[in-house]
Amino acid sequence: MSFLDLDEWLFEVAKFADIVYSPVASDIKDYPEDVDVCLVEGAVANEENLELLYKVRQRTKFVISFGDCAVTANVPAMRNMLGSSEPVLKRCYLELGDKTAQLPHEPGIVPELLDRVRPIHELVEIDLFIPGCPPSAPRIQAAIEPLLKGEQPVMEGRSMIKFG
Amino acid sequence: MSKTVVIDPVTRIEGHAKISIFLNDAGDVDDARFHVVEFRGFEKFCEGRPMFEMAGITARICGICPVSHLLAAAKTGDKILAVQVPPAGEKLRRLMNLAQIIQSHTLSFFHLSSPDFLLGWDSDPAKRNVFGLMEANPDLARAGIRLRQFGQTVIELLGAKKIHAAWAVPGGVRSPLSEEGLQWIRDRLPESRQTIETALGLFKQLLDNTLKDEIDIFGQFDSLFMSLVAPDGTWEHYGGHIRFVDSQGNIVADGLREEDYQDFLDEAVEPWSYLKFPYYKPMGYPDGMYRVGPLARLNVCDRMGTPDADRELQEFRQRAGGRCATSSFMYHYARLLEVLACIERIEQYVDDPDLLSSRCRAKAEINNLEGVGVSEAPRGTLFHHYNVDENGLIEKVNLIIATGQNNLAMNKTVTQIAQHYIHNNDVAEGFLNRVEAGIRNFDPCLSCSTHAVGQMPLHIELLAPDKTVINTIYRD
Repeated sequence: MSFLDLDEWLFEVAKFADIVYSPVASDIKDYPEDVDVCLVEGAVANEENLELLYKVRQRTKFVISFGDCAVTANVPAMRNMLGSSEPVLKRCYLELGDKTAQLPHEPGIVPELLDRVRPIHELVEIDLFIPGCPPSAPRIQAAIEPLLKGEQPVMEGRSMIKFG
Repeated sequence: MSKTVVIDPVTRIEGHAKISIFLNDAGDVDDARFHVVEFRGFEKFCEGRPMFEMAGITARICGICPVSHLLAAAKTGDKILAVQVPPAGEKLRRLMNLAQIIQSHTLSFFHLSSPDFLLGWDSDPAKRNVFGLMEANPDLARAGIRLRQFGQTVIELLGAKKIHAAWAVPGGVRSPLSEEGLQWIRDRLPESRQTIETALGLFKQLLDNTLKDEIDIFGQFDSLFMSLVAPDGTWEHYGGHIRFVDSQGNIVADGLREEDYQDFLDEAVEPWSYLKFPYYKPMGYPDGMYRVGPLARLNVCDRMGTPDADRELQEFRQRAGGRCATSSFMYHYARLLEVLACIERIEQYVDDPDLLSSRCRAKAEINNLEGVGVSEAPRGTLFHHYNVDENGLIEKVNLIIATGQNNLAMNKTVTQIAQHYIHNNDVAEGFLNRVEAGIRNFDPCLSCSTHAVGQMPLHIELLAPDKTVINTIYRD
C-alpha cells in the first residue's frame, strides 16, 4: 500500500519498468522467470510463503527485503514467544468459535502455519534492506530510482533506515 | 469426470486468497468456495501487552485501513478509562475516518476494480491492472491517484504518517490539525469533489450500458444488512448504534449496543478457510447471513445527512428498484457515493475551530476491566473487545472484522457467478476473472479478516516482453 503512496511518480516507474507480478497490481498468477527486481514484503509464516520466497529468489536478480515484517519479522513474530502455532490457532478457532469450532485444515488449499515466523534473510540471500512500518514513499523512491538507472541504491541515515 | 479448478492467488484484492470451483460430470458448476489462506493470531499474542499499545499493534493488522483499528482500539480504551472524549477529539477522529474511507474506497474503485470495467473482463491479464489503466486512460488514472492522495494526506496531516499513524489514543487524540494543514485541505477539496463526481457519473453510465447485466449475476440475493446508524437514522461511520435491516428495508433489530455484540453475532468455523463465518445469532448458521460495508450502510440508513449525498441516495435507491440494493455489484456504486458523502462532510468541517483545538484528549487511569469499541471501517463494522487487569495489561482480546462478516455473502457471490458463466468445462480466463471480480465487489481486506499479512511481492521487470498467463491448476 505504501508503494501506491508513490502517487503520480508511479507514471515514472511505468516508463522504465513492467510490473510483472503483484497480488494487488497484476493478474499474472505465476511468478515469471528472469525478473530484475522484486520487493518482498511480509514475514515467512506458513508453508506457501516459504515456497514462494524460494521461487522468487531463484527467478530474480535483485531481491529487496521490504518493510519491517520482512526485515525483522516484526509483529507477526510476536507469536514466536508462544513456542508453536498451536496457541494462536486454538484461541481463534476453538475458543472464539461457535459450536462448529475446529482447526482449519484442508491440505493443498489452506497452508499450514510454521511454528516459527521468520524474517526473509534467514532463508534466502537478500540484496537490499528497506526497513519501515511501512517504508514511506520517499524512502521507496530513493531505493528504486537508482535501480531504474542501473545504479546501486545506498540506504544510510535515519531517513532511510529507521524502523517503525 | 468431475474436477476442481483453483484460482490461486485471487488478484487485485488486499490479502491472500484462493477460489475453488467444483465442476460436475457435465462440466457445469456444482459449487464454489472462497478460501482465505493467511493467519497471524493477534487475539492470542497481544495477551500481556499494555492496553495503550493496542492501537499501535492492531494498526499493523492492515495497510489499507489501519485508521479503523486505531479508532476501534482508542474507543475500546475510552471505555476502559471510563472517560468522555472532548468534542474536539471526537471531531478530529471523525475527520481521519472520513479521509480513510475516501482513500480506501478510491483505491478499490480506481486501482483495483476499474481495470475490469474500463479495459474489459476479457482484456489482456498482463495489462488488466492500474498500470494498464494509466496507459489507456492517463487522465482518469491520475485523477484517481490524486484522490487517494487527498485522503492519505489528510491522514498524514493529522497523524504525521500516511500508514500506521500513532495518533488516536484512549481518551482522544494526541494533537489537533495545524492551520497550514487545514488550508491544504481547503485548497484540495474542489479538485477532489470534481474527481468523485466524474467517477460517479462514469459508473452510472457504465451501469446503463456495458455493466447492465452484471447487477443480476454478480451476487444478487437477499440477506440482512448491518451497520452503525446515528440516533436519528442518518448515515454514520463512527458513533451511534447498530441496526439490522432485511432486503426490503424492514428493521429487524435496532438500537443495539456494541457491548452486547455477543448476543446477536456469532462466528462459525469451516475447515477450508482461515476466515471465520460470522452470522446473525437469532437466525442461526448459515441462515443468519448478513452483509456489511458501503452497501449495508446505504441500505440501513434513512438518509445521508448532506444535500448532494442525499440526492444521490435517492437515485441509488431508484436504480436499485426499492429501499434496498440487494446486488453485491452495487457495492462499487455505494463506495463512490460514500466518497462524495465524506467529501461533503469534510467541506462542512473545515470551518469548525475545534479542529485546531488542543483540548482534544482526556486522561485517566484504568477504571474498567473490560471494553468494547466499534467503528465503521471502509469495509464495514469493526469490533474490538479487550479484558485487562488492574494494571491495564491485556488478558483477553476478541476482534470481529468487517470483511469477515461478508464471508457467507462472498461465497454465495462467487458460486452464483461461476454457475452463470462456466459450462462444459470451459474455464476461460475471462470467466475466472469475473469470478474473482465477485470478490472485488466486496473490496475485502483479508489481512484484517484473518488478522494476517502475507507476502505481497511486487516485481519490477525492466523492459521485458509480456508473459503468458497460467491461471488454472487442475486437480482430479
